Amino acid sequence: MTKFVRSLAAAAAVAMAPVAYAETTVRVAYDADPVSLDPHEQLSGGTLQLSHMVFDPLVRWTQDLQFEPRLAESWEQIDATTMRFKLRSGVTFHSGNALTAKDVDWTFDRLKESDDFKAIFAQFTDVEVVDDMTFDLKTSEPYPLVLHTATYIFPMDSAFYSGTTDDGKDRGEIVKHGDSFASRNVSGTGPFVVSEREQGVRVVFDRYDGYWDTASGGNVDKIVLTPIKEDPTRVAALLSGDVDFIAPVPPTDLKRVADAEGVDLITMPGTRIITFQMNQNRVEAFKDARVRQAIDYAVNNAGIVDRIMRGFGTVGAQASPAGYLGYDEALAPRFDLEKAKALMAEAGYADGFSITMMAPNNRYVNDDKIAQAVASMLAQINIKVDLQTMPKAQYWPTFDERAADMMMIGWHSDTEDSANFHQFLTACPDDATGNGQYNSGNYCNPEADALMNAANAETDPAKRGEMLQKLEGILYEEAAFIPLHWQNLAWGSKSGMNSADIVNALNFPYFGDLIVETGS
Amino acid sequence: MFAYLAKRVIQAVAVMFVISLIAFAIQGNLGDPLRELVGQSVSEEVRQQLRDEMGLNDSFVTQYLRFAGNALQGDLGTSYFFKEPALDVILKKLPATLELVFGATLIIVGLSVPLGVYTAIKPDSILSRIIMGLSIVGISIPVFLTAILMIFVFSVEYGWLPSYGRGETVQVWGYWQTNFATADGWLHIILPSIALASIMLPLFVRLIRAEMMEVLQSEYVKYAKAKGINPWRIYFVHALKNTLLPVITVGGVQIGTMVAYTILTETVFQWPGMGFMFLEAVNRVDTPLIVAYLIVVGFIFVVTNTIVDLIYGLVNPTVNIARMGA
Repeated sequence: MTKFVRSLAAAAAVAMAPVAYAETTVRVAYDADPVSLDPHEQLSGGTLQLSHMVFDPLVRWTQDLQFEPRLAESWEQIDATTMRFKLRSGVTFHSGNALTAKDVDWTFDRLKESDDFKAIFAQFTDVEVVDDMTFDLKTSEPYPLVLHTATYIFPMDSAFYSGTTDDGKDRGEIVKHGDSFASRNVSGTGPFVVSEREQGVRVVFDRYDGYWDTASGGNVDKIVLTPIKEDPTRVAALLSGDVDFIAPVPPTDLKRVADAEGVDLITMPGTRIITFQMNQNRVEAFKDARVRQAIDYAVNNAGIVDRIMRGFGTVGAQASPAGYLGYDEALAPRFDLEKAKALMAEAGYADGFSITMMAPNNRYVNDDKIAQAVASMLAQINIKVDLQTMPKAQYWPTFDERAADMMMIGWHSDTEDSANFHQFLTACPDDATGNGQYNSGNYCNPEADALMNAANAETDPAKRGEMLQKLEGILYEEAAFIPLHWQNLAWGSKSGMNSADIVNALNFPYFGDLIVETGS
Repeated sequence: MFAYLAKRVIQAVAVMFVISLIAFAIQGNLGDPLRELVGQSVSEEVRQQLRDEMGLNDSFVTQYLRFAGNALQGDLGTSYFFKEPALDVILKKLPATLELVFGATLIIVGLSVPLGVYTAIKPDSILSRIIMGLSIVGISIPVFLTAILMIFVFSVEYGWLPSYGRGETVQVWGYWQTNFATADGWLHIILPSIALASIMLPLFVRLIRAEMMEVLQSEYVKYAKAKGINPWRIYFVHALKNTLLPVITVGGVQIGTMVAYTILTETVFQWPGMGFMFLEAVNRVDTPLIVAYLIVVGFIFVVTNTIVDLIYGLVNPTVNIARMGA
């Protein structure tokens, strides 16, 4: 009998052992998986999310949008166009190679080659290696966004990516539409190593044993990332315990996730502004600022956030979200139907006119419903809207053609800076500089452009903020575009994972720092 | 027989040629693949340059001839997203879809015959009425709704079955990984199979019931009854066999349709098969993959219909396959 009990206990111990030493695994479900392992192939949220897991940037954003040193330990301005960075010592790549300033130089050169990233680095001329642990980042003119841009420099393992593959291709080449070494192989300094990847099905990350950041309390050994495209399925997977962390949570399921037991909802105001542009080249009336103001007064954007977005957005009256230099809290959303009608009458359009409107139906949260709401709101001031919505794949070519009188566009500033909104959305369209590339309204105000250019050469944040706020003020006064709201961000997480500590408004969860409570 | 098969092969080639032409013609309306490949702030100049590199600025005829030339050598183009030959991508996804269709077929065959026969024999019983009522419901509810409903009941509320994906699969051969080798795999395939079967099952129950009722009125069944043959033998051997011909015809066509329905089922369950892949490819404007998918599905249709014709001959000896080739 005792022998039986003893063997039973032994068997139990053996059976229990793997459980007791079980590694901490977090199963993550996003709506899409990264298109490539190459961090420079496509500038997208998915790529940057991956970069923050497998690589480390020189500096990164904290939750309150401050800079946090990562691979760059410190930095100082040497002269007007040079920033000197000191690298952290003792950092190794997944391949075992040590990180040096040469890797940063190599990575910078590669970024300048990348179709997607080179625009961000347009003002930067060179990285000069001073010694193994020091380098200078140089700009052509004094540039206020050096650190902003340094968040995009994720040093790559230059030795690993140099040379040729077995079939004679350059291991460092960036290939957009085809196979390349870098799109399938990766060596970074980040907290996780990609150990398995089946595109569109799953990516498995294992914690990198030699990770430099031992001060971080992050204790996740393994992450399994699965794309789950359908919103209801993604939510169901979280609620049923099949996954531990999901993003995004669709507005319709916010309450369900918030109320569910054992699951937390984490939300945060986002930085993507949703807007409508009024094409002045197509509609004579839109050249009159009073008509544009009337439209802004007629659109009840608070109502849209409340009814259509179910509170899942922040009502906007300008492009810059709170926290950005250009954000001016004095600019309040306007909605006043009587005023709108009066402005229309004043401009000589009391009887209104007819316009066409286009919006995507699968790009932004509830985009088609928002467009329908705006169209019916404009009917109140006698503007008859012929609305057409379409999938994003068809929408962007039509947007490029400026095919409708009013078109929807959402924008997130790649530099996390106010000037970027104006540069792409409301600056005078100019093929040579690329300004106003997404300005389907053809709004053009040289004064506003001059302010933007001055701000982009001003390195004093206080003066810069003043200029950018003045710029937002001009766009508001002239109703250059119709701001609707900033989309909020939402994540769903199993309770006890401290997920709220690793998310941020940029939507790059820092999984390396995730501390999962393992219980006893 | 040989002439028949040869004719079928020529037919298949013709069908695939027409499909590829149609697929190529519509691709211009699907959107701009470049938008999915580059970030928002990439300049128009760079995009045009990429478009030139990819040959998207060539004329329709040039593009089609280039495609057809490569296709004759077995190259259907390279997927923009997967960065692999489109045919390889599809072949990798095919087993997951075929297993799903197989699971659904098991359910349909296993349930439709007994249910169809029962409702035909006892049309007035309460159970028959319930079955017929449910079959109306099953036909009327769209697949994705059934699927989401089942996920919320069986995964979220009760937690009995997993909500998405294939779970643990076992490598069998080549690209083929199977769900049927592990308990976890079985659990994962149950809900998607039922969802996929939910549209077809009622159709087959009703079809078998209608055919069966007709056969039960026939002279030979009455004669068999008069002879005192065991009723079960009459129903399942003599009567059922004669209801099968139309069932097989419809079944053959429906298996092809089922491949189409996998698009919805796979999307809801995040099932990594080619239906889900196709929908994603449309969203991403991955034109080489879209064209290749349509050609492969066309091929599957031709193959299943050929097999159905061959089975015809086995079930009903009066159908002469050899003569059909003439």
